[in-house]
Amino acid sequence: MKGFDYSRAEAVTHAAEQAREGARLIAGGTNLLDLMKLEIERPDALVDINRLELGGIERTEGGLRIGALVSNSACAADERIRRDYPILARAILAGATFQLRNKATTGGNLCQRTRCYYFYNRDQPCNKREPGTGCGAIGGVNRIHAILGASEACIATYPGDMAVALAALDASVEVSGRDGSARMIPVRAFHRLPGDHPERDNVLEAGEVITAVVLPEPVGGTQIYRKVRDRSSYAFALVSVACVIAMEEGRIGRASLAFGGLAHKPWHDPGVEELLVGNEPSDALFDKAADVLLAEAKGQGANDFKIPMTRRVLKGVLREATGRAV
Amino acid sequence: MTSVYTMDEPDERNRLDAMAQGVIGKPLDRLEGPLKVSGKATYAAEYRIPNCVEGVLVTATIARGQVTAIDDEAVLQMPGVIAVLSDDRMTARAAQGGAGKSPVRKVRDVQYYGQPVALVVAKTFEQARHAAKHLRIRYREEPDPLVDPEDERATFEPFEDPTVQGDLDQAMDAAAHAVDVVYTTEGHNSAAMEPHASIAEWDGKTLTLHSSLQMLRFNRKELADALGLDADNVRLASPYVGGGFGSKLGISPEGAAASVAAITLKRPVRVVLLRQQVFQCIMRRSETRQRLRLAADAEGRLIGFGHEAWVSNLPEEEFAEPVLQASEFLYPGDDRKLDLEVTRIHRVTAGSVRAPGEAVGMQALEGAMDELALAMEIDPVELRLRNIPERHPTLDIPYSSRKLEECLRKGAERFDWDGADRTPCKKREGDWWIGTGMATATRVHNLNKAEARVTFRADGSVEVASDMTDIGTGTYTVLQQIAAEMLGVDPGRVEVHLGDTDFPPGSGSGGSWGAASTGSAVFQACEGIRSKLAAKLGCAEDELTLKDGHAVTGNRRIAIADLLGDEALTEHARFKPGKITEAFAAAMYGAFFAEVAVNVYSGEVRVRRFTGAFSMGRVLNAKTATSQCMGGMVWGIGSALTEELAFDQRDGHIVNPDLAEYHVPVNLDVPHLDVLLVEERDPAGSPLQAKGVGELGICGAAGAIANAIHHACGVRVRSFPITPDKVLAGLPEV
Ligand SMILES: Cc1cc2nc3c(=O)[nH]c(=O)nc-3n(C[C@H](O)[C@H](O)[C@H](O)COP(=O)(O)OP(=O)(O)OC[C@H]3O[C@@H](n4cnc5c(N)ncnc54)[C@H](O)[C@@H]3O)c2cc1C
Ligand code: SF4
Repeated sequence: MKGFDYSRAEAVTHAAEQAREGARLIAGGTNLLDLMKLEIERPDALVDINRLELGGIERTEGGLRIGALVSNSACAADERIRRDYPILARAILAGATFQLRNKATTGGNLCQRTRCYYFYNRDQPCNKREPGTGCGAIGGVNRIHAILGASEACIATYPGDMAVALAALDASVEVSGRDGSARMIPVRAFHRLPGDHPERDNVLEAGEVITAVVLPEPVGGTQIYRKVRDRSSYAFALVSVACVIAMEEGRIGRASLAFGGLAHKPWHDPGVEELLVGNEPSDALFDKAADVLLAEAKGQGANDFKIPMTRRVLKGVLREATGRAV
Repeated sequence: MTSVYTMDEPDERNRLDAMAQGVIGKPLDRLEGPLKVSGKATYAAEYRIPNCVEGVLVTATIARGQVTAIDDEAVLQMPGVIAVLSDDRMTARAAQGGAGKSPVRKVRDVQYYGQPVALVVAKTFEQARHAAKHLRIRYREEPDPLVDPEDERATFEPFEDPTVQGDLDQAMDAAAHAVDVVYTTEGHNSAAMEPHASIAEWDGKTLTLHSSLQMLRFNRKELADALGLDADNVRLASPYVGGGFGSKLGISPEGAAASVAAITLKRPVRVVLLRQQVFQCIMRRSETRQRLRLAADAEGRLIGFGHEAWVSNLPEEEFAEPVLQASEFLYPGDDRKLDLEVTRIHRVTAGSVRAPGEAVGMQALEGAMDELALAMEIDPVELRLRNIPERHPTLDIPYSSRKLEECLRKGAERFDWDGADRTPCKKREGDWWIGTGMATATRVHNLNKAEARVTFRADGSVEVASDMTDIGTGTYTVLQQIAAEMLGVDPGRVEVHLGDTDFPPGSGSGGSWGAASTGSAVFQACEGIRSKLAAKLGCAEDELTLKDGHAVTGNRRIAIADLLGDEALTEHARFKPGKITEAFAAAMYGAFFAEVAVNVYSGEVRVRRFTGAFSMGRVLNAKTATSQCMGGMVWGIGSALTEELAFDQRDGHIVNPDLAEYHVPVNLDVPHLDVLLVEERDPAGSPLQAKGVGELGICGAAGAIANAIHHACGVRVRSFPITPDKVLAGLPEV
C-alpha cells in the first residue's frame, strides 16, 4: 500500500474541499481498501467521511432520502424500504455478505469499481486502471464481461446489485459540489459507458460528494430482483434483472426494468418498457422485449452465454411479474 | 531403544477392541479446538519474535524467460526497505509431497507466470509489500511459451507404463452396451484458509523455521537441501496448520526465502504469502481430459474398461495427477486400457491437491457409469453392485476388507433412493427441475512409515510425541484416543505434542495416511509399555487390563502410579508398512446420493440433499471422521459446480487468484450433509484396523451431482465445473 495522508471530514463542504485530485473519500472501505492493498487505487490522501451526518433515512415529499452513509444492512432492513421498495432491499441482500453489508455504505456501493480480472492485476494491461495500456480482457478471459455498450477500450461491467434496483426505481443521486452546491443525478445517468474513457466509472466530478440517494414515490406493482450467479452467495451477478411491473385490467400498466452484469452501467432501455406497457402479457411479447433489449448485444467469446441467459431470465421474470408463471 | 512394527500381514488381533477404556471411536471434541476458536493456538506467522523483519516475495510477470536484471536501487531507497534478495538458495517452486529434496531453485530462470524471483525485506509488512510491487525486474522473454495444454504444439507422453490387457477395441465392438465419452476437469487450488507462512531464525549454526507444513520429516530435508545445510541443523515447527489439502506437503517458496534472508541479514525474517501468491506459486491440481470406455455385457457386467487421461505439469516435475488410481482396481473388465499422459507446459507446478487422482478421476468415471446405466435402463446402484470384482483385475491380488456393497445399500436406503425410473425432467417445483444422482466413492489406502514416542509418566499421565502434524483434521485427538485406550487412562490424562522436528519423525499428514500410520506407531509404543507393565506384574501382556489409571490382572488391581513407582516408562516405536501393501488391494469405499435443483431459466444448480455412506476401516473418532467426510463432500460440490482456475491463454497467468473469483462453495451452496459411517475393521489396513478418511468424501462426489443434474433436466455436462452457462446450453427453450 502506498503511504497516504489521512483526514477526517467534519462537514460535507470540508470533504469536498479535501477531495482534490489524487485524494479519495473513504466510507465503509470495503472496496477501496482492497484496491489500495493491491495498489490499483493509489490515493495520496484519504478523506474519511464517516463522521458526516449522512446516516439517516428520511421521508421526503412522496419518497425517501437515504443518506450516503446508511449501511447496506440498515437500508435493506428499513421497514419503509422493505414495504414500499422491496426490490431495493432484495437487491442489496443479493450482494456480498453480512459482514460486508454491515460496513458498506450507500454512496460507496454506488461507486464500487469493476471486478474485471485484468483491472485487478497490476501486471496486466488495463485502460481503466492505466489509460492507454490496452485492454487485457479483450482476447483474454472475459466470461464476466459486458455484452452491451462496451467499447474497444473497455468491456468491463459495473458489478453492483443495489444500483440496478435503483435504476429500475428511477432513483436519483444527490451530490454536493465543492462550492456547496447540490445537484441531482438520475441513477440511470450516474454511471457511464466506457467509450474512450473507461477510467471514469461515473459522472462524479472531482470534489463532488454523494450525500444521498433519493427514492421517488413508491411505485407499487410487483417487484422482482433476480440475480444469476455462479454460487448461491458471495458472487457477483452474471446477469441480473430488476423489474417493477404493475398490471391494469389484464394489461401491463407500468413497467420499469434495469439489468446488471450486462454493461459498464446498470442497463436501462426505455424501448423495452415502451414495448411492454399497454399490452397483454404473453410469451410472444416477452420474446420481443428480449429482442429489443439484446438487439445490439455482442459477446466476446466466453461471455456469449449471457445473451441467451438474459433472454431466458428476462422471460422468467416477466412471466412471474405478470402472473403468468408456468 | 526403538521397537519396530513392520506390517507384512493382516493384523487380525483387533487389539483396540480388546481394550477396556472404551474411548476409541468415540466422537470426542478436538482437544485443541478451544485454543483455536479463542485465538490461543499460535499459527506460523503469529509468533512475536524480537527484531523480526518482514519479507514479501516478488513474482514473475512472464511465463518463460530469464531475469536479466533486478533494478533494486529505487526500492532500496523506499521507507523501511532493508534488502532485496534473489539468491540461488531460494526455491522457484513448491516441493512435491514426499520429495525430501529441494524443489527447483533457479529463481532467475522463469518457468511460469507467478514464479518467485526475488524477496523484498522491510521493517513492516506494508513497506515490504509496497516495495515488492515496485521492484523493477528486467527479463529476456522467450516468445510464445507453451502455457495451454490445448495448444496444438502440446505433446503428451505416457507418464508410466500403461496397463493394457486383452483388446479393448474388440470388447467395445462386442459389448451389448458401450459408452465412449470424454470428460474434462479444470485446475483446482487447495485454498486452505491459512496462507503459506514462515518465520526463519538463524543462530549461526541452526536454522529454525516456524512454518505451515504437512510433512516435517520430508520438509526438513527439502529445506536443508535448498540451503545447503545439514538436516540436523534445521528445525521445523508446525504445531498448528490452518489447512493444507496437499499444498503444504512440500516446502513452499516462502520458507527458503525467509531462511535465506534470515541467514543473510542475521535476524529473524517472516514471509507470508499474499493470497494471490498462494494461487500463483504453490500448487495447482492439473486440469484433466479423460476418455472413458465402458463395455458391458447384456447383464451389465463390464467386459472392457478403458480410462485414458491427459494432464499437464511443468518441465522437470516428477508428478502427474494420478487420475487412473481408482480405475486400476474399482471395476472389472478383462479387456483393459489405462493410460496416463502428461504434457509439459509453463503453468504453476501441478501437484497434490486433496485426493490427487480420485478426486477428478472418480467424478468422470462415475459420470460415465451413470451414462452406461441409462443406456441399459437399469438402476445405477444395481450397475455398481453387478461390477464388484472378485480380485484386482490387473494384479490378481485379493481385496482387503471392502464394504462397497453395504455402503451402496445403506446409503440408498438412508437417502430413500428411487433408482427404478431414471427418465429426466420428471419432477418440477416452480422454476426448478429436481433430480437425483448417485456415485461410488473410493480412494486407495496409503500407509507411510512413522515413529512416535510414548511416555507413561510416574504420575500416571501420558505423553505422546511425534513430528506428525495436525492440519485441522483431528490428529491430536485421535492419537490421544489411541494412547488413552491402549494405556487405560482418561483422554484428558494424555498430552499430545506434534509438529516439531525435535520429536520422532511421524508420517506427516497427506494421502489420508496420517492417523493409520502415526497412530500405528503410537499403538506400537503403547504395546511396548503394556509389555513392560505386564512384566512388572509378572503376567502376560494380553492378560493385562488397563482402565481408569489402574492395571488389572487376575484378581489384582493396582494404581498405575503405584506400579510405576517413581519411574516413567518411555517407548519409542517405529511403524513400517511392509509386504502388506503389495499383498492386498486396500482402499476405502463409499456411496454418494445427491438431490439437486436446476433452474429452468438460468441453468443454476443448487444441491438440496447430499448423503454419503462411507467405510474406512475402524473409525478412530466418529466426530472427526464425519467432519472429514463432510469436508470432502463440500469439496465435491465445489468441484462439481464452481471451482476452476482460469488461465489466460496468452501468458498463462491465473486470472482469478483470490477467493472472490475462485469460487469455493459458501454456506448457502451446501445443504445439510448426511454422513453415514459404515462399521468396518480392516486387518490389512493397519494394526489399528483403520484406514484413511481425509480424502474419501471427495472421490466421486461431483459425479453424483453431475448425474443428478442430468436426471433433473436431461442435460449431460461432461465438462466440470458445471457452471450455469454449460447447463443452459442444453436446456430446452422456455
Ligand atoms: C468479496 C466481495 C463481494 C462482493 N459482492 C458484491 C455483490 O455481490 N454485489 C454488490 O453489489 N456488491 C458486492 N460487493 C461490493 C460491496 O457492495 C462494496 O464493496 C461496497 O458497497 C462499497 O461500499 P463502501 O462504503 O465500503 O465503499 P468504499 O470502499 O469506502 O468506497 C468505494 C468508492 O466509493 C467512493 N465513495 C464512498 N462514499 C462516497 C461518497 N459519499 N461520495 C462519493 N464517493 C464515495 C470512495 O471514494 C471509493 O472510490 C462485494 C465486495 C466484496 C469485497
Ligand atoms: S475490460 Fe476494462 S477494466 Fe477490464 S482490462 Fe479491459 S479496460 Fe481494464
